[in-house]
Amino acid sequence: MSVLLIAEHNNKEVKSFTLNAITAASQIDQDLHVLLIGHNADDVAKSLSEVPLVKKVLHMDNEIYENYIAENYTSAILKHVDKYSHIVCSANTFGKNLMPRIAALLDISQVSDIIKVIAPDTFLRPIYAGNAFATVKSNDDKKCITIRPTSFEAAETTGGSAEIEKVDAADKTEKTKFVNREEIKSDRPELGTARIVISGGRGLQSGENFKLITDVADKLNAAIGASRAAVDAGYITNEHQVGQTGKVVVPDLYIAVGISGAIQHLAGMKESKVIVAINKDGEAPIFSVADYGLEADLFEALPQFLEELNKLNTIQK
Amino acid sequence: MKILVAVKRVIDYNVQIRVKEDGSGVVTDNVKMSTNPPDDNAIEEAVKIKEAGKASEIIAVTVGEEKAQETVRKALAVGADRGIHVKVDSILEPLAVSKILKKIVEKENPDLVFMGKQAIDDDCNQTGQMLAAHLNWPQATFASKIEVKENSLEVTREVDEGLETIEVNTPAIVTCDLRLNEPRYASLPNIMKAKKKPIEQINASDLGVDTNPRIEHIKIEEPPKRKAGIKVASVEELVQKLKNEAKVI
Ligand SMILES: Cc1cc2nc3c(=O)[nH]c(=O)nc-3n(C[C@H](O)[C@H](O)[C@H](O)COP(=O)(O)OP(=O)(O)OC[C@H]3O[C@@H](n4cnc5c(N)ncnc54)[C@H](O)[C@@H]3O)c2cc1C
Ligand SMILES: Nc1ncnc2c1ncn2[C@@H]1O[C@H](COP(=O)(O)O)[C@@H](O)[C@H]1O
Repeated sequence: MSVLLIAEHNNKEVKSFTLNAITAASQIDQDLHVLLIGHNADDVAKSLSEVPLVKKVLHMDNEIYENYIAENYTSAILKHVDKYSHIVCSANTFGKNLMPRIAALLDISQVSDIIKVIAPDTFLRPIYAGNAFATVKSNDDKKCITIRPTSFEAAETTGGSAEIEKVDAADKTEKTKFVNREEIKSDRPELGTARIVISGGRGLQSGENFKLITDVADKLNAAIGASRAAVDAGYITNEHQVGQTGKVVVPDLYIAVGISGAIQHLAGMKESKVIVAINKDGEAPIFSVADYGLEADLFEALPQFLEELNKLNTIQK
Repeated sequence: MKILVAVKRVIDYNVQIRVKEDGSGVVTDNVKMSTNPPDDNAIEEAVKIKEAGKASEIIAVTVGEEKAQETVRKALAVGADRGIHVKVDSILEPLAVSKILKKIVEKENPDLVFMGKQAIDDDCNQTGQMLAAHLNWPQATFASKIEVKENSLEVTREVDEGLETIEVNTPAIVTCDLRLNEPRYASLPNIMKAKKKPIEQINASDLGVDTNPRIEHIKIEEPPKRKAGIKVASVEELVQKLKNEAKVI
């Protein structure tokens, strides 16, 4: 057995979720190879080769891979799958878009979004927005798996020296063109990997009021999350959404402010280590998962919270 | 232009899911069922395109047991022209559904197939991409905006980093995000009219596709419960607890 993991990157850096996927993949089998498809991404190849869990890096370089297009990635990956028992990648928008296309062409029934490796063919995965856990066994000869990154620790990034093998590119699709990507740049920690996340919901009432959240986030060096209601209402952009159809986060501390706690929201945050809820409705379902619940008006509580934080001598970063 | 929309019948999103004690699945008896939420967005988008004069026909298709027809009927009530119900009695994996949908696409020759991005029961997020692969069509997943052009679509996709725009030639598969549009409700007269619209029934077994499961469900269980927390009386107490008890700040 050996595992082929598809790396996500931006030609400069490996995306952090790839490191979590590497940990999961190495639990399936130690003979883990990483396929890097990109353009002018030598630095990425080098950094992947330094990950101790990685045994080999296959590096495919071509200008057609400047931008990630699932059709192009698929033909590239299919050239290299023969030797492998498992094809894996992270279950974020990158992997969710890509893996089923590969699986279908290999006639494999994909196992999506695993949170635990039980055996090389048996996995645990959440269904119904995390309201049930399914233990599933794949009976296909080869397996296509996507990995929920937040359920696995990130792999060590130094000390390894895997071989980097250059491999040939595949054909380019004429049917899909990349137009542009609006990446919202921020100095804050990434939502998916931040140690602290503070999220706002409909209770915030406006985009301007989100400043109350941002101020606390600055103080705590936290990432900013949001409920779908807050994103739909335009208070904040889509990449902040936490939940069944947004991102899954597992920070040490999750602070939900003005969020009722619908099951679809809980699906994205209820594995957090410590959960705080600030809500003026004492009956709000968010309190049922909160370690510390504060029944209060957020417009009073948030400024006070900031004030109390300012009084502390030290804050963990 | 012809648009095919795939709709799935699932447990309603408001239902509190209960796991069966024998570990075989979740309770579905006497549980409210509805159309998978993003599939409503898929239908809505197709109807809007038709209303804008850019599509001539909308066909709603579902794969499922007898009652799955309700989902097609609902699509007809909000503007689909006719329906197809592919009848199967077991629950199929996305791979099998995508093979069935391929057969329907070959029969109907649509220019576009709209689907939901994810079914809220299995949370697989696979079927659209798989169908695109079988057909060798381009895919535009997680769409939050669609612009119809001459022989292509410009689609804005919700991705981890923000928004991405791609252009796909038609025919194409689009999987829809909930933010794509605001699905309309069916009016009573339209519900009545929908009763007269045709739904063709096809037996999956007549389509000649392998629908055997490849994945065994060994056990379905409840997720671990969080232990009950406490209510704090003040912001001051909250900060003290976070600092000294939970030690997270
Ligand atoms: C298929 C599907 C997928 C979904 N996916 C997601 C998802 O990924 N993520 C997600 O979040 N949602 C998702 N949803 C939506 C979800 O069902 C809820 O509608 C949403 O989470 C509600 O957001 P909210 O808690 O901000 O708003 P509300 O439910 O309206 O809650 C607002 C809360 O703010 C409190 N509040 C108001 N004013 C104040 C104040 N001044 N001080 C303190 N508290 C105040 C209120 O008491 C209330 O509890 C999905 C829904 C569907 C159907
Ligand atoms: N049985 C089915 N019948 C019709 N459409 C389906 C079915 N299963 C999945 N789909 C479509 O595929 C999408 C994604 O489903 P899934 O891959 O299961 O998450 C759904 O939103 C539907 O549009």
